[in-house]
Amino acid sequence: MSDVVEKTLTALPSLFDSQTGAAKISNRLKQLIKSITELTSKHDEESLIKQELSAMKEQVSAPSTSMKQMREIMVRSMYCEMLGYDASFSYIHAIKLAQQGGVMEKRVGYLAVSLFLSEGHELLLLLVNTVLKDLQSTNLIEACMALTVVAQVFPKDMIPAVLPLVEDKLSHPKEIIRRKAVLALYKFYLIAPNQVQHIHAKFRKALCDKDPGVMTSSLHIYLQLIQESPDAYKDLTGSFVTILKQVVGGKLPLDFNYHSVPAPWLQIQLLRILSLLGRDDQSTSELMYEVLDESLRRAEMNHNITYAILFECVKAVYTIHPKAELLEKAARCIGNFVLSPKINLKYLGLKALTYVVQHDAKLALQHQMTIIECLDHSDFTIKRETLELLFRITNAQNVSVIVEKMLDFLRSCSDEHTIIHLAGKVAELAEKFAPDNSWFIQTMNDVFSIGGDLLQQDISNNFLRLLAEGSESKEEDDQLRLYAVDSYLTLLNGDASHLPQRFIQVMSWVVGEYSHLQECVDQSEVIRLLMKLLEQKSVSSETRVWILSALTKISDGQTDLILELAESISSSQDTILRQQAHELRHLSLDSKLHEWVLPRGAAWDDMEVDSSLSFLDGFVSEALAAGAAPYKPPHQRQEELCEQRALNLEPYSFSLPVSLSSCSITDRHSPTLLSVSSGLSGNSTELSQKAGASTLILEGVKRVWGKDGYLPQKETAVTASPVDEPSAAVQPVGQQEAAERLEPQPEPSTQTNDKQQLASSLFVGLSTQSSTSLLGKSEAPPPRFRKKPRPHGSSLSSSSSSGTSEKSSSSRTSHNTTDSFLYGSLLEEEPAGFDHTPKSITANGLGQNKDVKEDRRTNTSQILGSDMVIVRPNTIQHNPSTSSDLTTLLPADLKDLPHSDVISLTSDPSLSVSSCRVFRDEALLLVIFISNSTETDIRDVAVQLNCDQLETVSLRGNIVDCLEGRSVSVCHYALLMDDPHTNVSFTGSVSYQIQPGHTNTLSFSGTLSTADFIRPLVVTTDEYGKLWLSLSHDVKQNLKLLTDAGDPLQTTLNALKDTLQLHIVDIIGSEGIVACRLLSGAPCLLHCRVNGSALAMWLRSPLPALPDCILYHCQRALAQH
Amino acid sequence: MIKAILIFNNHGKPRLSKFYEHYTEDTEQQIIRETFHLVSKRDENVCNFLEGGLLIGGSDNKLIYRHYATLYFVFCVDSSESELGILDLIQVFVETLDKCFENVCELDLIFHMDKVHNILAEMVMGGMVLETNMSEIITQAEAQSKMEKSEAGIAGAPARAVSAVKNMNLPEMPKNINIGDISIKVPNLPSFK
Repeated sequence: MSDVVEKTLTALPSLFDSQTGAAKISNRLKQLIKSITELTSKHDEESLIKQELSAMKEQVSAPSTSMKQMREIMVRSMYCEMLGYDASFSYIHAIKLAQQGGVMEKRVGYLAVSLFLSEGHELLLLLVNTVLKDLQSTNLIEACMALTVVAQVFPKDMIPAVLPLVEDKLSHPKEIIRRKAVLALYKFYLIAPNQVQHIHAKFRKALCDKDPGVMTSSLHIYLQLIQESPDAYKDLTGSFVTILKQVVGGKLPLDFNYHSVPAPWLQIQLLRILSLLGRDDQSTSELMYEVLDESLRRAEMNHNITYAILFECVKAVYTIHPKAELLEKAARCIGNFVLSPKINLKYLGLKALTYVVQHDAKLALQHQMTIIECLDHSDFTIKRETLELLFRITNAQNVSVIVEKMLDFLRSCSDEHTIIHLAGKVAELAEKFAPDNSWFIQTMNDVFSIGGDLLQQDISNNFLRLLAEGSESKEEDDQLRLYAVDSYLTLLNGDASHLPQRFIQVMSWVVGEYSHLQECVDQSEVIRLLMKLLEQKSVSSETRVWILSALTKISDGQTDLILELAESISSSQDTILRQQAHELRHLSLDSKLHEWVLPRGAAWDDMEVDSSLSFLDGFVSEALAAGAAPYKPPHQRQEELCEQRALNLEPYSFSLPVSLSSCSITDRHSPTLLSVSSGLSGNSTELSQKAGASTLILEGVKRVWGKDGYLPQKETAVTASPVDEPSAAVQPVGQQEAAERLEPQPEPSTQTNDKQQLASSLFVGLSTQSSTSLLGKSEAPPPRFRKKPRPHGSSLSSSSSSGTSEKSSSSRTSHNTTDSFLYGSLLEEEPAGFDHTPKSITANGLGQNKDVKEDRRTNTSQILGSDMVIVRPNTIQHNPSTSSDLTTLLPADLKDLPHSDVISLTSDPSLSVSSCRVFRDEALLLVIFISNSTETDIRDVAVQLNCDQLETVSLRGNIVDCLEGRSVSVCHYALLMDDPHTNVSFTGSVSYQIQPGHTNTLSFSGTLSTADFIRPLVVTTDEYGKLWLSLSHDVKQNLKLLTDAGDPLQTTLNALKDTLQLHIVDIIGSEGIVACRLLSGAPCLLHCRVNGSALAMWLRSPLPALPDCILYHCQRALAQH
Repeated sequence: MIKAILIFNNHGKPRLSKFYEHYTEDTEQQIIRETFHLVSKRDENVCNFLEGGLLIGGSDNKLIYRHYATLYFVFCVDSSESELGILDLIQVFVETLDKCFENVCELDLIFHMDKVHNILAEMVMGGMVLETNMSEIITQAEAQSKMEKSEAGIAGAPARAVSAVKNMNLPEMPKNINIGDISIKVPNLPSFK
């Protein structure tokens, strides 16, 4: 006994020290926080933290610092990082702590890692071994921590390393581990779907796990999977219904209750899954009616969480195949929500109404008074949601009231996001339902002056397009234009200094183009107004270009004024302005040339664009003769740069336990650098050891060398030319007053309290018709401004991020010319006329044209540059026997190309739509057949195809004026895929008129896979080797080897070649090299090696996502074989 | 999916920030500032949902928040989460903190940042809701602390034996530090309306 006491006492002093030490440290955090809170200025805080950080930096690198102290320092640096200060010196120590510490240190270390390092941080490589070790640990907590960190920060290329271990954890005896493993796998699925393809069966096992917690986690995965392809999981409907039934029936342990509601979050998840499964599917929906009814009935206690369940129920009821009895109950529920005094419920009620109103507009009528009240609610969010609801119920009768409400809201709103969003909606409504010209122009004026330069470019482009292209009747068009001109001249006569740039651009274009329509205004007066604008300081140089272009158009006959102006601008600092001034002078002196270059009131459709720039041939050959270097497209230049790169090793990579370590290739034909791959594992351990030593200070060391060699060099190769931000993004000053002063609109008489009246004007048109056609969306009187179908507008103005939308202001003058040039080549015979930047002279210089072209993605320019674009007349083929094979209808030049079967997309009594994919060398042709199944003529057939992820390079035949009875029209879309996606779905619609003035719409959808966009890449083995070295993104995976007949490698490769369009470059012994390219030009190289019974596949490509996609399709192809 | 979880006080000082999507550090700070700006100007009697601004990813994202005494708890989620569900999840989180810290206050969050993070990690993992059952969360969190204690116990078994001696000899450790206005206790958790 005394021994013990003695021992204790001798141990006392040392314990003492460590205790006080720890106390001292934890005091430091307190001290730090205390001093921070005492500080008054941001500046003081900064200097204090800086001090603290440098003290910590010293401490961490001191060898005497104990693990315990380190842990405390980590917490402090987390605190500093949270406040927004850089504590990157501690990152490496966080990893070290996770590697070396005991459980407590590990926990802090892992926590710090997950807070400090994001996916893809290079230091993460050092963590792989630790995580692997901890995943195998028998200590539950260590395994849990490892799983958490894996789900939080692991990037795609590190998943293969941990995947087998995480997979094993699915059968771990402890449910908490199983649950975390399921979530980690879900995260992997989100990052790299094809890597977890093989464990889908295990997901099913997780769904059937005896622990409800594990089952709940697996629902995350199923929600995602079902969202992506509901049809593949219809068989699980029964299981989900049973689970929900049991949950609702209170069969779960009481632990799962929350405020005496059984597992509410689980119920919400299940209801979402069910609604996805039951959408548009009667037989599946029938399975769930009972349980939905039960849920609605049970969830009647008044607690927040029951409302959450009710809300999901209601949404599900309205999503699945309708059942009258349920709909009635759901409608009553919505009523409860909307009428609830609790503001959160009211919000959800409005949200539900917005959702439901598409199915049943009467519901909105029932609650019209509440909706009116919500319009004037003090809560911003509620107002916003109400406007969203009103947007959905807008029709030709109530449009002016609703738009006025929206504009009122916009005027009082300061949130940029909301302004952009809502202004776009107002513009959409105005275009669709405008009652008359003056209202339309006034509303658009409001949109432009309120939205200002925040607005998306589309809005002004669409507006100008509408003015320019007009409808069928020229008189009406001219009236509209005239009205616009009048309204703008009035505006310009006033004080125009506060108008947003975008608005001034629109005005100057319209005035330039159409002011001649207004005969009672003197042109010189217009010129004077525009010149006044030019003098204003607030006008940006981009806008000046627009104004000058407008002046150029109307300069005819006003030589004196113009010459003076040209003189004053020709000394401008801005070269583009100077050039324009020069052109202006030239044109005003030569009225014949002026007439020829800028014909007044010329129709847009007549413009022809020489996309091959053949008029420059002489110039080019002269330049070449004079010794100029021939033009090389950007991709070629990039390739050459890559070849020049002397060092192309892969110094940093990590050891993959599965596939990579087995790569001991010694064949000299192998594209890999064997010395590198064999030295990989050694390298990485060495690296981690080095990093582990406390002397290594990474901070401050500039990263010059990377995976791909010398970094700056690579950057110059990739970014062909810098792109400036448009300089016009200046917040306009005082636009608010402008809007109020300039548009004397009738003040909304809110104070009259005559809400009833408002209601009647808001909800007019909703009650008169039958419930299905209430919304006036599809069957309302045809939109006033019927636009010509415009399948490319969106793809060009919004989706081509690197293309036309980011024109630098310096290339503005060439903007119009280059654009039309681009459009010209993009659109085949479609007239150039989407972008209504002022017409200017085409001889603006080849250099600029080329620049902008290079700005476009290199890949596309490769195609656009060549003359591959097809121009063929629009054909309508008559086919007396409609039942015959549609492929015979393929135009003669396509018939011989490889093509898929014809698939029927959709049909209705009068039309049926089918599609066929034709694999051309430079694009995928999606051929859409529209066959008239009636005897009568169908008029104004227009096809519109939407797919955000694809680029449409050309189309033809998408508008047919008249489709005779029993005939078929063919429409082509040539599509390109810029960003690889495994599968891409497209949607589209066919609008047509059987009776004049009555437009029907038929929508269709379908999917395309990457495989459709892949073409063989014919290269020699040498070229392959060179290309291999220049590519950076690689993926490795083992695939199934087909062993059924003959040489397994040959058989497998042939099978792949047959399904995907690949080119087998060479087969040497047990290795094969295969090449293919994406249509837009990006190559993908595959290196296959027989490895036992598997095929080790190594893919490389310049596009990060392409190897994954191709791997996915290879896997599928082999699985199906 | 949950994109971010933020806790800050009435003055906009961050008390906890956890991002489940990758943003640059500058963007993260901007998101915290902007979120505070949006949330703090809202009255008490308005709803607990907000459209996320431009920073956090456009109209698909929502801010769902609760205000407890001195602290704002904000969850930024995308459209795949149920608003009311998240609202109650915040409640579960706060109640759990309250149980773990015995009457939680703002100071607890600062001084036990790591512990708060660990509790959160038991509820939300990689942006997905892992556990909503309060007692289960507490069990997990406590299992870990127990583990820590026992580990500390093996390493320094005698430490406990002498703790009494130590406490007598040492000058008294300040137990309640009083630091300016941040030591305001959260009054009993208001059950929300």
